[in-house]
Amino acid sequence: MTKNSVIATDLLAAGRYAGVNIDAWRWIGALAVTALAAALPFTLSNYHVFELTLVMIYAIAVLGLNILTGYNGQISLGHGGFFAAGAYTAAILMHRYGVPYWATIPPAAVICFGLGVLFGLPALRFEGPYLALVTLAMAFAMPQLLKYFDTWTGGQQGINLIKPLPPPELGIDRDRWLYLVVLVVLLLAMRVAANLLHGRTGRAFVAIRDHPIAAAAMGIHTARYKTVAFGISTLFTGVAGALSAIVIGFVAPESFGLFLSLSFLVGSAIGGIATIGGAIVGGFFIEFVPNFASDISDAAPWAIYGLAMLLLMYAMPRGVVGSLGPLVAQLVRQMLPHRAEK
Amino acid sequence: MTVKQTIVTGLSAAGLMLVAGLAYAAGQYGPGASESEIKIGNTMPYSGPASSYGIIGKAEAAYFDMINKQGGINGRKITFISRDDSYSPPKTVELVRQLVEQDQVLLLFSTLGTPPNMAIHAYVNENKVPHLFLATGADQWNDPKRFPWTVMWLPSYSIESHIYAHYILKNLPNAKIAVLYQNDDFGKDYLNGLRDGLGDMAAKMIVATQSYETTDPTVDSQIVALQGSGADVLLTVAIPKFAAQSIRKVYDIGWKPTHFLSSVGNGVGTTMKSAGMEKGIGVISATYLKDPTDPQWQDTPEYKEWLAFMNDHNLSASIADAQSVVGYSYAQTMVAVLKACGDNLTRENIMKQAASIHDLKLPMLLPGVTLNTSPDDFDPVKQMQLMKFDGTTWRRFGDLISGAGS
Repeated sequence: MTKNSVIATDLLAAGRYAGVNIDAWRWIGALAVTALAAALPFTLSNYHVFELTLVMIYAIAVLGLNILTGYNGQISLGHGGFFAAGAYTAAILMHRYGVPYWATIPPAAVICFGLGVLFGLPALRFEGPYLALVTLAMAFAMPQLLKYFDTWTGGQQGINLIKPLPPPELGIDRDRWLYLVVLVVLLLAMRVAANLLHGRTGRAFVAIRDHPIAAAAMGIHTARYKTVAFGISTLFTGVAGALSAIVIGFVAPESFGLFLSLSFLVGSAIGGIATIGGAIVGGFFIEFVPNFASDISDAAPWAIYGLAMLLLMYAMPRGVVGSLGPLVAQLVRQMLPHRAEK
Repeated sequence: MTVKQTIVTGLSAAGLMLVAGLAYAAGQYGPGASESEIKIGNTMPYSGPASSYGIIGKAEAAYFDMINKQGGINGRKITFISRDDSYSPPKTVELVRQLVEQDQVLLLFSTLGTPPNMAIHAYVNENKVPHLFLATGADQWNDPKRFPWTVMWLPSYSIESHIYAHYILKNLPNAKIAVLYQNDDFGKDYLNGLRDGLGDMAAKMIVATQSYETTDPTVDSQIVALQGSGADVLLTVAIPKFAAQSIRKVYDIGWKPTHFLSSVGNGVGTTMKSAGMEKGIGVISATYLKDPTDPQWQDTPEYKEWLAFMNDHNLSASIADAQSVVGYSYAQTMVAVLKACGDNLTRENIMKQAASIHDLKLPMLLPGVTLNTSPDDFDPVKQMQLMKFDGTTWRRFGDLISGAGS
């Protein structure tokens, strides 16, 4: 996202001379970043493409959590459970019913939205740390539930999926194709999130987060919005789960332990909990920092992970995008002095 | 033939021989192998719920380190890249891709756990990467026709229950058998192995089966139901918690069957102590390893060699931990296969050698246990010895029995 911003900054600076209005440049910037992101896999090895695909999947999951925790102020330690629900929805549909992989994403979204709304109802009665505990139950229960319903889920053994093949006429391999599929979903998710959060619903979410009583006094239906926030959040995370099942090609209860839920929260906080772009930074953190930590030290990788987390939070308490975003915006303003009157 | 022609012919022949000789000396190499190095990849749960198994990986690393200090294998040093997957299958997929595609390892060795190996099974076979000596006992790994790049190591679960079936047929021909098993593939492997081992007698001899879920609080009601069937032999296929419950309940209700216990749940510290040591007297199980705490071995040269390895190279691990014996034996198997490859370190030759292990003896396996593989059989360890619990420790009895597996 910082890259995005830097490029956007350049283009904005240029826009001053070219005499084209800023919104158009914004679109051009977004298109350029999209084009770059789409071209990127063709310059990298398959393994790196695969890694970046996972980054984007985690980013979608974190984006879901950002909507709930960042914008609506409800803490969830159980999003790994919804990620699992999405993954298993996709896996069961593909494996038992032969549904093509792309068609499993909408059902996963619907089911996870439903689960989230159901979960959001009792969650209305809890706040702060108490809500965190309730959602923690979800993270604890999910792996065991998956083992219990083993006729559906394959129990301990999980489900092995056949990895989807790219359309032959494109002439690209599976890793690159899946990267592009996930990229499209990510862009779509970010666009939907931006529309939602920058509009009436987003304002209601934030109002409830900042002052629930005042929000209610202003006529916001707090209970409805909180439940909807839960559902939308788990929808995003469930879609990410479905994509992960498709990309990894395997689901098992062990894939969705408590640590996954914690990773999402960590990624969310590191990236910037009340931002959209922060989700991508969060995805990078979830994917790369544990590997990076174990490269530095075999003996205590999680200590290094903890240290990285502490340093980042200390330097940027609002997360990377939450802290750097305003700085970048200010830089842009300084570089465009005559736009101040607008 | 003119003199000139002769010289030309002679020179060309010499040249050819020289080239052939050079090629021979230089060896043939797959990815990750060279004149000076053999790269081996591995995943282990060093963190997370299964982290106690990480001791296996540490013992393997320590053993390869010792081999390197002694000059390596045919002059080549082993680079052992072992990564922590926390027993999480998606992480295993990612790490194995990193090992194969980035680190370019020659082969994968001793990747641990059923779910993590499930997740990479298709990938390694598609990419033709040797996937050797998995640290899991499920029967499905031994499938050379469909998965010609995957070789297991442990006696599979069905091999073990074949051994029990063999004993029952021989010593308890009129047995009425009850089975308590964990309701998943681990439990079902044992049950199927028992049926298979009993052959025609299975339908008549197995009078009752009960299963439990790992989420069940106890197996008390199952045990009572099994007793009600009138069985006089009980096979408990369970992880330690439920194995202990089974032993305790059988004792408490005064049922006195000949009680067989799967090796998965037969730890003295984990199962027998929590069941109550005296309640476990007479329970029968099976093993293939030398128990490092058994005083019987402590004066043998094999044990002393192992002890020296532990004291000089694997200091962080406990001498009493059987997992170190497992890792030590795995690493020795790997070294034996690499030695057999000579200077042809291609992935194809690795598989060829891994599929033709013949009567390999390892110092810390029970005397008489030999490793054998063939192109149709990718499970090297097939022999076990029965043992009986005497209230303090397991006492082995009878001969080694080999199970055919199913």
